[in-house]
Amino acid sequence: MKILQSLFEKPWLAQAGEAVMPQTSGLMPQRIALRFFLAAVSVLFFLFIITFLSRSQYPDFVPLAGQPWQPFTDSGQLWINSAILLLASLAMQWGVYSSARGQLNASLVALILALLFTVAFMLAQFMVWQQLMALGYYVGSNPANSFYYLLTAIHALHLFGGLLVLLAVIYRFFRSAALPRLHNSLALCASYWHYLLVLWMILFLLLTSRSETYAAIAALCGF
Amino acid sequence: MAHIAIADQVSDLHDPDTFITKYIWSQDHKVIAIQYGCTAIFVGLVALVLSGMMRLQLGFPDAFDFINPSAYLQFVTMHGMIMVIYLLTALLLGGFGNYLIPLMIGARDMVFPYLNMLSYWTYLLAVLVLLASFFVPGGSTGAGWTLYPPQAILQGTPGYDWGIILMLVSLAIFIVAFTMGGLNYVTTVLQARTHGMTLMRMPLTIWGIFTATVLGLLAFPALLVSAIMMLLDKTIGTSFFMPAILSMGEQLDYSGGSPILFQHLFWFFGHPEVYIVALPAFGMVSDVLAVHARKNIFGYRMMVWAIVAIGGLSFIVWAHHMYVSGMNPAFGFFFATTTLIIAVPTAIKVYNWVLTLWRGNIHLTVPMLFAIGFIFTFTHGGLTGLFLGNVVVDLPLSDTYFVVAHFHMVMGVSPVMVLFAAIYHWYPLMTGRMFNKTLGQWHFWLTFLGTYAIYLPMHYLGFLGVPRRYYAMSGTDFIPDSAQALNASITVSAIIVGVVQILFIINVIWSLRYGRKAHKNPWCATSLEWQTPDLPPKHGNWGAQLPRVYRWAYDFSVPNAKHDFIPQNFSQDEVEWLDESGRHKGIGE
Amino acid sequence: MLLAIVLVLLVVGSLVFHFMSPWWFTPLASNWGSIDSTINITFWVTGAVFIAVNIFLAYCVYRYRHQHHRRSHYEPENKKLETWLMAITTVGVAAMLAPGLIVWAKFVEVPAEAHVIEAVGQQWQWSFRLPGKDGKLGTVDTRHISASNPFGINPNDSAGLDDVLVFDSELHLPIDKPVKIELRSKDVLHNFAVSEFRVKMDLVPGLVSYLWLTPTKLGRYDILCMELCGLAHYAMRGNVVVESEADYQRWVNSQATFASSQQRVVGDAQLGKALYATCGGCHGQQGEGNRAMNAPALSGQSASYMARQLVNFKQGIRGQHPKDSYGQQMAAMANLLADQSAIDHVVAYIQSLPKPQLTATISNGDRQSGHGYFVNCGACHGSQGEGNSALNAPALVGLDDWYIKRQLLNFKQGIRGTHNKDTHGRQMMLMARLLNDEQAIDDLLTYINSL
Repeated sequence: MKILQSLFEKPWLAQAGEAVMPQTSGLMPQRIALRFFLAAVSVLFFLFIITFLSRSQYPDFVPLAGQPWQPFTDSGQLWINSAILLLASLAMQWGVYSSARGQLNASLVALILALLFTVAFMLAQFMVWQQLMALGYYVGSNPANSFYYLLTAIHALHLFGGLLVLLAVIYRFFRSAALPRLHNSLALCASYWHYLLVLWMILFLLLTSRSETYAAIAALCGF
Repeated sequence: MAHIAIADQVSDLHDPDTFITKYIWSQDHKVIAIQYGCTAIFVGLVALVLSGMMRLQLGFPDAFDFINPSAYLQFVTMHGMIMVIYLLTALLLGGFGNYLIPLMIGARDMVFPYLNMLSYWTYLLAVLVLLASFFVPGGSTGAGWTLYPPQAILQGTPGYDWGIILMLVSLAIFIVAFTMGGLNYVTTVLQARTHGMTLMRMPLTIWGIFTATVLGLLAFPALLVSAIMMLLDKTIGTSFFMPAILSMGEQLDYSGGSPILFQHLFWFFGHPEVYIVALPAFGMVSDVLAVHARKNIFGYRMMVWAIVAIGGLSFIVWAHHMYVSGMNPAFGFFFATTTLIIAVPTAIKVYNWVLTLWRGNIHLTVPMLFAIGFIFTFTHGGLTGLFLGNVVVDLPLSDTYFVVAHFHMVMGVSPVMVLFAAIYHWYPLMTGRMFNKTLGQWHFWLTFLGTYAIYLPMHYLGFLGVPRRYYAMSGTDFIPDSAQALNASITVSAIIVGVVQILFIINVIWSLRYGRKAHKNPWCATSLEWQTPDLPPKHGNWGAQLPRVYRWAYDFSVPNAKHDFIPQNFSQDEVEWLDESGRHKGIGE
Repeated sequence: MLLAIVLVLLVVGSLVFHFMSPWWFTPLASNWGSIDSTINITFWVTGAVFIAVNIFLAYCVYRYRHQHHRRSHYEPENKKLETWLMAITTVGVAAMLAPGLIVWAKFVEVPAEAHVIEAVGQQWQWSFRLPGKDGKLGTVDTRHISASNPFGINPNDSAGLDDVLVFDSELHLPIDKPVKIELRSKDVLHNFAVSEFRVKMDLVPGLVSYLWLTPTKLGRYDILCMELCGLAHYAMRGNVVVESEADYQRWVNSQATFASSQQRVVGDAQLGKALYATCGGCHGQQGEGNRAMNAPALSGQSASYMARQLVNFKQGIRGQHPKDSYGQQMAAMANLLADQSAIDHVVAYIQSLPKPQLTATISNGDRQSGHGYFVNCGACHGSQGEGNSALNAPALVGLDDWYIKRQLLNFKQGIRGTHNKDTHGRQMMLMARLLNDEQAIDDLLTYINSL
């Protein structure tokens, strides 16, 4: 709230003495940028979710869970996928810890594990798509399906972007091998992974809800 | 780990040595800014030509073979989209944002120069995809710049096949480019300010650009969401926005979607977009007015608060574009109220601009002419906004030429006036030379009077009820023949204004080579960008030492100071003061 | 100095233009005078601000112009002044907003005594539906829409059977009775707007929107579509006629009901054969047409189009223009067909004839340029010129090119399509304007001949 206070300063009054460093947040610029980026991504998914909820109240919407024959009434497979993503997130965190302690090898192992788990998660998500299609749940056949494919795809796209950045970090590390710098980059990547994990859990719960749940949330939001 | 402020870090900028790294794949914010600017102005000229062709059809119907209804709608659509997104947004933020942020806050460059470079090249890709849509089968989309479904993706609308797909893809690419640039701008403003540059010492230009960028980062996702979902509706037949529907008499395979949902998403982006364009313009015009009136901007704090307030409010007014869209009419009460509330901080800004001139010492330079022209056009456009924002008044006026006249006045002419003011104002900084004053004055007078001759009468066509986006008006009982004469006169003015811009292009190019060499700080401005060791500033901007800031950006005509301006980087000891009886020495133009 | 003068002149000029302008709101024809009052309030408030700000601006520009020995006044801010300005602005804004919201509340709340009618939009035509004797509109569904049920009325809903269907784009309203107009679209967004009524609203596929008003002035007004709906958006016109209660009832009674439209019998080709004998004299025994007689081929054309044209000829909607001598001939001949069923029979017979073999007479045009024009035709007439009954667009490929050319010229010159009731003709008149000269028509026909 320092920022709010500073909005009331009267800048024309002469301030004696040295030109002091302005109050910045003391964070790395990369972290600031990441926060703004995550804010933008949050808006993106927030709007997707809002449109999803409002669309769920139309009569042609058939949720993917609720009745015994619907694919996510038993969402065991998705729980497994979530566990894989959780492992990826934990591995990232482990990498951050070990790089902070200067344990080079440990952090590299952690990184590679995180990479593998993430790729595994994306593959597992893709398998769920294939299962859905085998059951006849195509992208266009119902808005619930459309949203499932769309949101999982956009989520995976964000993971993929993260993977590219991670690869760039590893590449840069092998060229210059400066551990503090690796630590900084890793910490940022880890935050991003945790964010995407939380985001996935929200999407997971939302996409596999029953129609009563949608009705309740929609009523709460005032649709 | 100990944190070192950017301003205290040892500079690790390497001067680019080859032509390619210096001018093409450059990571220097100034070069990137010029690249953004030139690309934006180029597509802007394309859009200007498109508007000329529209006007030819409206002014002299049946006289031109190549303008048929589908071509007309394509011109309308591409003109609107290019002007709003690819010219104004790109030029104000990508161009001026890039150029001015590091210089005005005393940084050597953007925080992420590489990302900055990527941002430009991605933007260029978006522009190329957009321009490619002119050449695909069926041509570019003619759905109107709002791209409303269902018509945007159905037969009966020009470019419903490839044109719309390329348009949506180009927008998605643009959003990626904007996000990369935007993250850079906000982070640079927050983290890379030099010693002494507190938030409240920043020039209003930076406040405007900063707030607009935050708006952009939060609003563009809405456009991305709607573009992605419409793309899926078009290509794989999902029903996000498409209800059960017929097209050309055939039942289509859609069901249950809601076209109004798209409109909500679109305007959730679209309204903040107005301020993404307006806020940087507000900021820059404030600085131009202060410098050339030799007076501090009146009510600086109120100006900052107004920018922030307008930015915040801009997210809760979007449905005023949708009063007659068929949405639940009860929303009208809320959105009319918020819309009229936003008029208050906006009005404050206008008052403060005029009050800045009051008791000033006004130098009517070319940038100042444009800035004062802006006050006039913006007042006009802002006031007509009160008609459209007030929900019942919007009933007769929406979808008529009144709307067209209003948003061109407020979002077309006004920001463009500021852009010209800004280009003339910062031209010496960017090129090291002065522009030709006479040409500049002619450019101002013809543009200012010409645009008013276009848009004032256009409001009255709207009162009459003449609908917008009509290829031809004939065949009604209520539109008199004199309206056609009025349309012809509007077209003549529009063509003149369009042609006059050649003066501007000539001036910019000619002065680059033959303009008088500029003195350092030719306008006697206080803000940091004029205090660089070199003019134009070199790579790294500041030489060996970053500037230190001791005061706000508006110390003009301070009592008892010898000169009528004190640069931001002058400490109290460096200022020459007058003794009690001393006569001050004015600083000429 | 110059700038100050110009600013003052612009303010004065704007005011002069405002008060002298002949372009102004159309005379009000509904109960929405309160909207006009709100507009007037808005004019007073904004006009005052416009004058005050700009005159003060001009004064500052003149009074505080640069002088060598002047120095600007140093005043960072003035709390009191700014607070006052903000307060006054807030009052001004409230003065506009409050009446606006009150009137909007009236618009949202439809009076209980309002009678309901429905306006249906499609690319690029209007049609209307009125409740029958039961006072209730039948339920509808887009999925029920077909050639024989263009409104998509649910055939199992008894409330729909007596619904009155108006197939042309002219709506009648009784004066001084509040009416709620429900709006529905079959395809894309449209907007129902009548300038004289002041109110307008979008038609959105998938939902029913509404507006209400009380017509207060007798007359005939234009309905314009005011939401971009594709390339013939500008040609989507209709009319609303405000008339006395008695005239209105007469009009309602002359319209078909849903039940009667469903009972219409198909024509009998056998009976039609005898009736066709008269036609064959000019149009040929096989309906192949005869250029020497200026009689176009018939057998390539859709039944609905031919039936509509015969009705138009019979009712004097087509073939009345003094310059349309062939049309006048045809009008006389059409009168020989006694009634609707005679028309149906003869059309049925023509349908049974073999498709004509046409010879192209126009080939001197530029096919490429013709294709450019045809994009605008194909939207209704089909990309292969095959016609589209759902859009009331006749086939172009089964027609003689010389005939199409003459009709295009007729449309362009106002010989055909000017009659009030000729909805589709009027649309074609607007569309034909895009062909600037005979060369353009030849280009187009060269292209159509190549299909």
